[in-house]
Amino acid sequence: MSTENLRIVWIYPDLLSTYGDRGNALILARRAQRRGFPVEVLEVRSDQRLPTTADIYLIGGGEDGPQALGAQRLLADGGLHRAVAQGSVVFGVCAGYQLLGTSFFAKGTQYQGLELLDFSSDRGPSRAVGELAGDIDARLGLPPLTGFENHGGRTHLGPGVSPLARVTAGVGNDGATEGAWRGKLLGTYSHGPALARNPALADLLLRWATGAQHLPPLDDTWADRLRAERRTAVATSRA
Amino acid sequence: MPLRAKVASSVSRTAAALSRAAGRGDGSVIGGWIGLKIDPELLAHLSAGRAIALISGTNGKTTTTRLAAAAVGVLGRVATNSFGANMPTGHTSALAKAGSTPYAVLEVDEHYLAQVIEATEPHVVALLNLSRDQLDRAKEVAMMAQLWRAALARHPDIRIVANADDPMVVWAATPPATQDQRITPPHVTWFSAGQRWHDDSWVCPECGSTIQRSGEQWWCTGCPLRRPDPQWTVDDEGVVDPTGAWYKVKLQLPGKVNVGNAATALAVAAEFGVRPFDAVPRLGDVTSVAGRYAQVVREGRTVRLLLAKNPASWLEAFDMADEAPTLLSINARDPDGLDTSWLFDVDFAPLRGRLVLITGDRAYDLAVRLEVNDVPFQYVRTFDEAVRAVPPGRLEVIANYTAFQDIRAELDRVN
Repeated sequence: MSTENLRIVWIYPDLLSTYGDRGNALILARRAQRRGFPVEVLEVRSDQRLPTTADIYLIGGGEDGPQALGAQRLLADGGLHRAVAQGSVVFGVCAGYQLLGTSFFAKGTQYQGLELLDFSSDRGPSRAVGELAGDIDARLGLPPLTGFENHGGRTHLGPGVSPLARVTAGVGNDGATEGAWRGKLLGTYSHGPALARNPALADLLLRWATGAQHLPPLDDTWADRLRAERRTAVATSRA
Repeated sequence: MPLRAKVASSVSRTAAALSRAAGRGDGSVIGGWIGLKIDPELLAHLSAGRAIALISGTNGKTTTTRLAAAAVGVLGRVATNSFGANMPTGHTSALAKAGSTPYAVLEVDEHYLAQVIEATEPHVVALLNLSRDQLDRAKEVAMMAQLWRAALARHPDIRIVANADDPMVVWAATPPATQDQRITPPHVTWFSAGQRWHDDSWVCPECGSTIQRSGEQWWCTGCPLRRPDPQWTVDDEGVVDPTGAWYKVKLQLPGKVNVGNAATALAVAAEFGVRPFDAVPRLGDVTSVAGRYAQVVREGRTVRLLLAKNPASWLEAFDMADEAPTLLSINARDPDGLDTSWLFDVDFAPLRGRLVLITGDRAYDLAVRLEVNDVPFQYVRTFDEAVRAVPPGRLEVIANYTAFQDIRAELDRVN
């Protein structure tokens, strides 16, 4: 960790917080505290400078206008790029995921992305709305991804990134793959409080940030029940 | 009324009566649906000759409509869609059922406002608020404000009663030609009913700059859009009218939110010439609205129903609920929106210290949320189990749309 505290920065909640995005910061903070890490959560608004010394950066979802504005501000600020160069963890969901790539579409116009990950996004033929599920890249050692997606974009991965998951329900990037990761950067179309349904993914981000090989298990009874219920719901709707 | 419209109106009333008699519903939609099939212009025909107020927004529209109908009732009979059936089918049913009335006060789903303005040619339109609501289906907030603005700009003759505290509403109410928002257009009356929820209005809908807030004031940092001075305000359990006169408002409905709704209702009624002095006593007669706030005694527990559909209305429900055992029920069926992510936009901390029970189709989503929020809870499978799990006395029930309707059905469609 960069300081005595585990520092989590929620980037631009004034722009990129469409649906419960705060949940990811709350869940990471709680799971870290339960393992004895002192935690500091900073909400950095779009008219503020981004600190470069945090351990985890979170970028949430947003409407087209705020997404384009968020990308412009982050490019002008440059802080996130410096933090990534120093090894910080970045977790982006939905619009915040698209921002990490080379380009994305908003309001019918192509915008430059942060170019932190090798992918680009454009508009799909229809909006992808509904349950999203997938088997996560085996190298990450995580149980299946479960979430809810709501986006009009399609994302095309380049050779420099790996898909986060193979889609088993929903659309994700293109109906076949979902999300992307490289190093300690990870993005997903599972929107809003994605970590609420995926506590193991939250712990992966915490292990990346703290360098801990192993984190003591927590009581995830309710999250496990939620995951099982969603798995059944997806299976039932397909049958 | 043309013959076709007369037939359509009559069939519409019959179908509604049949629906009620068959116990299939309260008849507030089916009648209008059939009537509009026979005569697509039926809503326009039924509106002709009435002075109409439309009330729209994300939250509070059912209650405000009920209060405004009570206030306008000072002048004569008022047709209204008091069961929250707020799309054109519901408006058609309500007007057909009411027969000839000089006035109508109609709640309008925000997506249908433009269409209903065209059909009903209202005297006044009240704009309450705009915030996130079922984003898996609903339009984005800024897009909705744009639709409102375009519809109202086509009808500069319509009086507008609008919430000064909501930047999206202020922008929608102000014609594009009015560059300086400090000059209120003559056909707009502003009210201030407070806004607890700010998370959908940090970005200016006009220019994209950041909106700043300080106390009750807000202003855009990049253009002249700012909070206009409201003519109607809420102060100390009462309402202040444009002359500065203060009226004590004694409601049977809970919470400060409803005093704000009362202020809005009085402002709407004033557009028809109703004096607050005459209308205020009528507001106190309203006890419940389509089951909302209704109290039912079950096995020694006084159960009160509060509807909370989206993050902004959850904050309001916490304000209305007593410090008592509280049942939260969450579904995610079509009318609720399929996505439960919004649970993390709500801070449930006000419930700490109360006995909290959870149920509903999506109780597990809520369980995960409450755990992170440090709010202890008990999971129950059914409403009956919840009633038995709390001591005799009050049980507050806060539920989202279909969960609310489920519980209301268990309580015999309480109104």
